[in-house]
Amino acid sequence: MIKESIQALRHARYVLTENPVTLGAFVLLLAFVALAVLGPALAPHDPLASNAARKLEAPSRAHWFGTDQVGRDILSRVMVATRLDFAISLSAVALSFALGSVAGSCAGFFGGWTERLVSRVVDTIMAFPLFVLAMAIVAALGNTVANVVYATAIINLPFYARMARAETNVRREAGYVEAARLAGNGPARVLAFHIFPNCLPPMMVQLSLNMGWAILNAAGLSFIGLGVRPPVPEWGIMVADGAAFMVSGEWWVALFPGLALMLAVFCFNLLGDALRDIIDPRRRT
Amino acid sequence: MRSSLLRMVLRRLGVALPGIAGVVVVTFLLNRALPGDPAAFFAGPAATQQAVEEIRVKLGLDKSLPEQFVLYVRDLARGDLGRSLTTGQSVRSDLLARLPASIELTACGLLLAMAIALPLGVLSATRPGSWIDHLSRLLTTAGVSLPIFFTGLLLVYVFYYLLGWAPPPLGRLDAFSSPPPTVTGSFLVDSAIAGDGALWLAAARQLVLPTVTLGVFALAPIARMTRAAMLGVLSSDFVRTARASGLSPATVLYTYALRNALLPVVTLLGMVFSFLLGANVVVEKVFAWPGVGSYALEALIASDYAPVQGFVLVMASLYVLLNLAIDVLYGIIDARVRIEA
Repeated sequence: MIKESIQALRHARYVLTENPVTLGAFVLLLAFVALAVLGPALAPHDPLASNAARKLEAPSRAHWFGTDQVGRDILSRVMVATRLDFAISLSAVALSFALGSVAGSCAGFFGGWTERLVSRVVDTIMAFPLFVLAMAIVAALGNTVANVVYATAIINLPFYARMARAETNVRREAGYVEAARLAGNGPARVLAFHIFPNCLPPMMVQLSLNMGWAILNAAGLSFIGLGVRPPVPEWGIMVADGAAFMVSGEWWVALFPGLALMLAVFCFNLLGDALRDIIDPRRRT
Repeated sequence: MRSSLLRMVLRRLGVALPGIAGVVVVTFLLNRALPGDPAAFFAGPAATQQAVEEIRVKLGLDKSLPEQFVLYVRDLARGDLGRSLTTGQSVRSDLLARLPASIELTACGLLLAMAIALPLGVLSATRPGSWIDHLSRLLTTAGVSLPIFFTGLLLVYVFYYLLGWAPPPLGRLDAFSSPPPTVTGSFLVDSAIAGDGALWLAAARQLVLPTVTLGVFALAPIARMTRAAMLGVLSSDFVRTARASGLSPATVLYTYALRNALLPVVTLLGMVFSFLLGANVVVEKVFAWPGVGSYALEALIASDYAPVQGFVLVMASLYVLLNLAIDVLYGIIDARVRIEA
């Protein structure tokens, strides 16, 4: 047991040090996770405390990222927002992964009406421009953070469902599956313990690439005024706040939350690419 | 060839119909899932119980769900999308008035993205590891990682505030120009038809920044796919044969390789359109562009739901039609698809 985990650690170290970009992305991810956990404790100022006397101040030693239109410290707001942004996208991706992979692998394994039903639902979702569908869902269900999570989960669902279906379908007749069947395992057991675990690696790549996309989507929704309400600090809404000041030259209000958003997405994209290189070296670009 | 193409179009239309049916059902269900009582909302806060009941009957909300669905489909078939509370106009005329602005923007963005991404993809595939390959990788990574509203704001700051090259991000024309006589609804085309060069320039100046914003966003997937497809095709047997037969490098590259590499790129265009139609909403907000996206957003903020539904329905139908067009294009490029149909 101990030997195995040492080996796993050694392999992880090899993967990380082999490509410096991957190492950088991993360090960035750790930094974001640390911010998400410790953000409110580390923030130098209260993210909600306004100070009319010091509004729209450029970055200085007292306020590294400057202050916004009501004098709140932007650095503190960017730090505190990490938790909410990660929570929204992580729960959305987890939700669509759970639903999509189960529905997709059932469709690929059982075929018949299960497959027809799942692909009909997936096709209907894909018939919409996805961001527009997310807007419509939030508008219909109500303008809350929970509904932004559901909407993001629904528009991500097709990618997982299709992938799980294809991966299951390929493995349905594989030798080890036949062996498991002959050994007396029921269909549900074969699917859950013999096929599904083998479909996981390619799905993990999708998961990582999807995280970045989910963050962008959630931030896009809050940028247009859906989901998170001011004064709650969230990157998308902070950029929206700063948008009006871009034309008058107060660049720092929108720049720093936008940069945080960009770095987070960038980090997940790099990790996704690195994961793909490990899992499927043939598709390395 | 023509009849087989026609047959393929008809068959694809048959495939697209369930998609449209699904879209109609979903928009209807979203309509019914709205928070609160629509009748009370339409009647306004000062309405009596009786007035609310009257409106409920008038809107058909007292009927069962299947009956309401039939009524809804009947209205749709007539082209009736309801009435907007904020503008007081029918949603259909509002959308029709604003659709050209959105289409002009989306089309320009896509054209720009393709004009940059296709050569970039081809060049980086033919010279892997060169500076142009690295530039391409940098651009595509930026394209997928930059939030589209952030790109737009950065461009506004640099080109409007710092350099003063671009006009203020406030719509399709500056305050001193009046729109050209409407023929197509696209200001670029209409001012060209009217022969008004100054107006064309004014419209083009307003269009540049939002187009670049959309272009950077759409460029990434197209360039990536072109590069990957080109790399695959260039290492294939038929390209080796063409080279061995002594054909010029240009003929091999453009006549043989590129045409085959374009197939997956065309397929990808459908996905790119889906993203562009969504991104349009955000870009229209950043640049105060008077298109359907900003119309739907204003309605959404005012809890005016008929325009939002109309918008979703129009976007989804547009998307289904675009996918149909892409399938047809695919048939023109690839003879095998035609023969199978």
